[in-house]
Amino acid sequence: MEATVTRTGTEGKTWGGGNEPLRVSYGKMMMWFFILSDALTFSGFLASYGFARYKFSNSWPIADEVFNHFPFLHGVDAPMYYVALMTFILIFSSVTMVLAVDAGHQMKKAKVTLYMLLTIIGGLIFLGSQAWEWKNFITGTYGAIQTEGGNILQVVDDEGHRVAIADFVTSTPKERLQHERSNGLWFVDEPTIPAYDVQDVINSFEANSGLLIRTQELTERGEKVVLTRQESLAKLKDEATGVIEGANLVSNEYGNPLFADFFFFITGFHGFHVFTGVLINIIIFFNVLLGTYERRGSYEMVEKVGLYWHFVDLVWVFVFTFFYLV
Amino acid sequence: MAHDTAHESNSKRIWTVFIILSAITLVEVILGIIKPDFLVHTYFISLKLLNWIFIILTIWKAYYITWAFMHMEGETKGLRRSVVWTAGFLIVYLVFILLTEGDYVHEVMNRGHVAWDF
Repeated sequence: MEATVTRTGTEGKTWGGGNEPLRVSYGKMMMWFFILSDALTFSGFLASYGFARYKFSNSWPIADEVFNHFPFLHGVDAPMYYVALMTFILIFSSVTMVLAVDAGHQMKKAKVTLYMLLTIIGGLIFLGSQAWEWKNFITGTYGAIQTEGGNILQVVDDEGHRVAIADFVTSTPKERLQHERSNGLWFVDEPTIPAYDVQDVINSFEANSGLLIRTQELTERGEKVVLTRQESLAKLKDEATGVIEGANLVSNEYGNPLFADFFFFITGFHGFHVFTGVLINIIIFFNVLLGTYERRGSYEMVEKVGLYWHFVDLVWVFVFTFFYLV
Repeated sequence: MAHDTAHESNSKRIWTVFIILSAITLVEVILGIIKPDFLVHTYFISLKLLNWIFIILTIWKAYYITWAFMHMEGETKGLRRSVVWTAGFLIVYLVFILLTEGDYVHEVMNRGHVAWDF
C-alpha cells in the first residue's frame, strides 16, 4: 500500500503529499476508476442495444428461440438453461476469487494459490461455453429466407413448429460456381453459396402444402405473426431474394441484423474482458507461486485483479438480463 | 487498506452472498422460463412487470457483487460516491435519452412515415 513518497519538506501540510483522503493505495484507486470508465463503455453498448430494441420493438427476435441449445441435448428445446449455467460458473469463479483475496489478507499462500487456480479454471470454462454459444449462433439451426427489404421470413409447419429449410428443399443442379480467389479475381472471394437458391426454396415450399411463413413481426401477445398459406406463397414470390443460414454481421436467420451485431459486440467485448482477466489472473497466480507477495508482505495485487474479475462478473449479470431475459 | 485492522476470515459472509446471488439468479431463470401471463401482460411505465422484476433483481445482484465481493462497503464514503454515483447518474441519463429516442423512432416508422418492410 505504501506508494513512493518523495520528501519535499512540506510533510504534514495539506498539499504536502502523502495524504490518502480515500484511504486506498494509488493502484487500487486507479483500478476503481478504470472499472468506472469501463462500466460506462458497457453501459453505452447496452443502452444502444436498448435503443435498437425499442426502435424495432414489434419485430425483435425472441431470445428464447435463438438461445435454446444445451450440450448433448440435440433438438431439445432448452431455452436459457445454458446461459444460466454460464452465469453460475462466473458467479462461482467470483466467489473463489474473493476467497483468494480473503486468504491473502491472512497471508495464507497455499490457500491463495488454490483459489486463484480455481478462479482461472472457472474463467476458462466460461470462455469455452461462450465459444460454444457463438458456434451455435453462427451456424444457425433452421435457416431463413431474406426479403428485398432486408427482413427475414422463417418457415413453420401448420402447428407453428419451426421447419429447417434444409429439411424440405430439394436443390436443382446449378451452373453458378463458388467464386474463390483461385478462379476469379485473386483479391476477391465470397461467402459459401448455400446448396440451394431462392427459386429452389419457393418451388419446394409450393410442393409442401403443410408449410407456412412466419414473419419478423410480433403480435400484441408477443408472438411472431404466421401468415396463411395464400399469403405465405404471395409473400415468398414477391419479396424473397436470398437464403441465409446462421448469422454474421450483415444478416442472420433470427431476424433483425442488429440483433446479431449487438450479440457479437456485447458478448464479444465481455468475452474479451474475461480473456484478459484470465491472462492477468495467470500472471498473478505465478507471482503468488513464486512468493512475490509473500516477500512484499501484502497480497494487495490479488485484491486489485480481484476487483477486475468481479467487474467482469458484474457486467455479465447485466448482459444476462438484457440479452437473455428481458 | 482502510480495513486492515482485523484479519479474521470473511468466508462466512462470502458464502452467504454466494447463496443470495445464486437464489436471485435461480428466480430469474425460473421466471424467464415460465413467464407468468399476468407479469408479461401487465405494464408499468410502458415496461412489462416481468422486465421490471428482472431489472430490479439484477441491480440487487450488482449491489451484492460491488458491496460484498468488491468490498465497496469497506471503502471510504468519498471513494464509494465518486465511483457509484458517477456511474449511476450517467447511466440513468444515457438510458433515459436512448430509450426515449428509440421509442420515438419506432413511432415514426410504425405510423408509416418511413417504410421499413417493402
